[in-house]
Amino acid sequence: MAAFATSASRSLPSRGGSAGFRFFLYAIFAVVLMVLDQRGGWLELARSWLTAAAYPIQLAVNSPTAAARWIHASLESRASLQAENARLRERVRQLELRSLRFDALQRENAQLRALAAALPPVAEKYLIAEVVSVELNPLRQRLLINRGARSGVFKGQVVLAAGGVLGQTLRVGPWSSEVILSTDPEHAIPVQVQRSGTRTIAVGGGSSGALMLPYLPVNADIVAGDILVTSGLGGVFPEGYPVARVQAVVRDPAQSLAQVRAAPLANVERDREIMLVWFRPGHPAAPWKEDTASAAAPPLRGVTQPAPPQPQPAPSAQREPEPAAEEGE
Amino acid sequence: MIPRRNSEPRFLMAATALAALVLQVVSLPYWLSVLRPAVLVLVVLYWSVLAPRAGGIALGFISGLVLDVFRGSVLGQHALAVSLVTYLAIRFHLQVRTKPVLQQSLFAFAALFLYELVVWSIDGWSGHGVASATRWLHPVTGGLVWPLLAVGLERLQTAR
Repeated sequence: MAAFATSASRSLPSRGGSAGFRFFLYAIFAVVLMVLDQRGGWLELARSWLTAAAYPIQLAVNSPTAAARWIHASLESRASLQAENARLRERVRQLELRSLRFDALQRENAQLRALAAALPPVAEKYLIAEVVSVELNPLRQRLLINRGARSGVFKGQVVLAAGGVLGQTLRVGPWSSEVILSTDPEHAIPVQVQRSGTRTIAVGGGSSGALMLPYLPVNADIVAGDILVTSGLGGVFPEGYPVARVQAVVRDPAQSLAQVRAAPLANVERDREIMLVWFRPGHPAAPWKEDTASAAAPPLRGVTQPAPPQPQPAPSAQREPEPAAEEGE
Repeated sequence: MIPRRNSEPRFLMAATALAALVLQVVSLPYWLSVLRPAVLVLVVLYWSVLAPRAGGIALGFISGLVLDVFRGSVLGQHALAVSLVTYLAIRFHLQVRTKPVLQQSLFAFAALFLYELVVWSIDGWSGHGVASATRWLHPVTGGLVWPLLAVGLERLQTAR
C-alpha cells in the first residue's frame, strides 16, 4: 500500500494513526476473522448472533413480497377456494389409503429384516417452517426460513418439501436458518436409482434448477424417468427419500461418463412451507455418521451382513403407540 | 440534528448506508441481480470521498462485515474488500472530489473492480465457485450509476 502514498495523505490529521496504518489494522483483523471462520469454524456463536441481528432487516426487505402474497391469498375467490378444498380432501383420502398400505409394508419389512429397531419410523419429529426469502440463481440456490436454533434446528439438518428432499440447513441463527437446496452448485447428495439400485452422487446444477449425475459410467443402468432416492450414505440424509426424476441421459461413446440430468421432485416455487426432520439416532435407516457408527450402529446397518434371526416379539404390539408425526410423510 | 453541516454528517451517512444495504440485498430476478451495482459500496465510497473523517475506514469495514453476514460469505471477506476501497477513497479523496463527475465514475468503476477482485480471490481461497463471468458486470453498472448516486446524495445533503 505504500505505493499509493501521495501528498494527499498529509491532509488527514492523525486520529489514531494515518489512514494507511488504520487500514493495515483493519485488514489484519479481517484476515484473522476469515482464517478463524474458514479454517477453525470458531465463529459459530458470533455468526449465529450476527444472523439474528440481520434477520429483522431480511424480514423487512422481504415484506413487500410477503404482503403481495397475503393480498393475493385474501382476494382469492370463494369458488377457487372451494375447488382447492375439494382437491385437498381428495388428496388426503388417497394418502390415507396409501398410508394404510405403507404401515402394512413397513411391518412386513421389519419382519423380513428381523430388526427390532426397524419398527419405529425413522423420522422422529417434524417441524414446519415458512420460507422467508428465496434466492435462486446459477451460483446460489438458497432459502431463508423462519425457524432456528431456538426451535432446535441444527446445522446439516434434512429439509423436505412436498414431493421429496429439498436440501439441508447450512447456517443456523437463533430464529432463522439458511437452507441450501440440492440444486445449489455447491451441494451434492448421495443417491440411488430406485429401479436398479445404482448408487451415485447428484450434484446441484445451479442455473437450470436441475441435478447432475456426473459420476455414472456410460453403460450405467439408468434411463429417463427413473426416480432417484437418497442412498443413506454420507451421514446427512436417511435412506429412501425421493430426490429427483431423471430427465435426460446422454451417452456419448467417446466419453467414459454419461451425462445425466434430473429434475428435483421437491418444488420450491410452489411451496412456501418446508419441513425440518429429526431422525432417530441408531435407527437402521437413519443417516450414518462415522462417530456414532463405531459406538452402536454397525450391527444394525444390515447392509452387508444380515442380522441373526431373532424371535420377533409380536411387532404389532410395539407398534401400537403410533407417533402422530408420521402422517407428515 | 447535527450541528456542523457537511463536515460530519453521521446520521445521514448511516441512513443512506442502511437504504443502500436494503437495495443490495433485496431479492431480484436473476438477470437484474447480475446488473445490480454494489450500492452499499458506492455509498461508502461517496462518503469516504466527501467526508473522509466522518466514517473513516471503520465505515467500510462495518459495511463489509454486514455484507458478509447477509451474503453468508466467509466473515471478513467483504470487510477486507470494502476496507481496501474505502482506504483508497480516503487517501485520494482530494483528487477525486475535484474531478468532474464522469471521471469520478471511472474512479468508482476502478474501485468496484478492485473490490470484486478481492472478493473473487477470497472466494477462490475459501473454495467457492469462481467460474462465473457475470460477477464482473456490476462494476460497469456501478460506474454508470455513480453520477446519479452522487447527485442524489448531494441533494439529500444540501436539503437538510
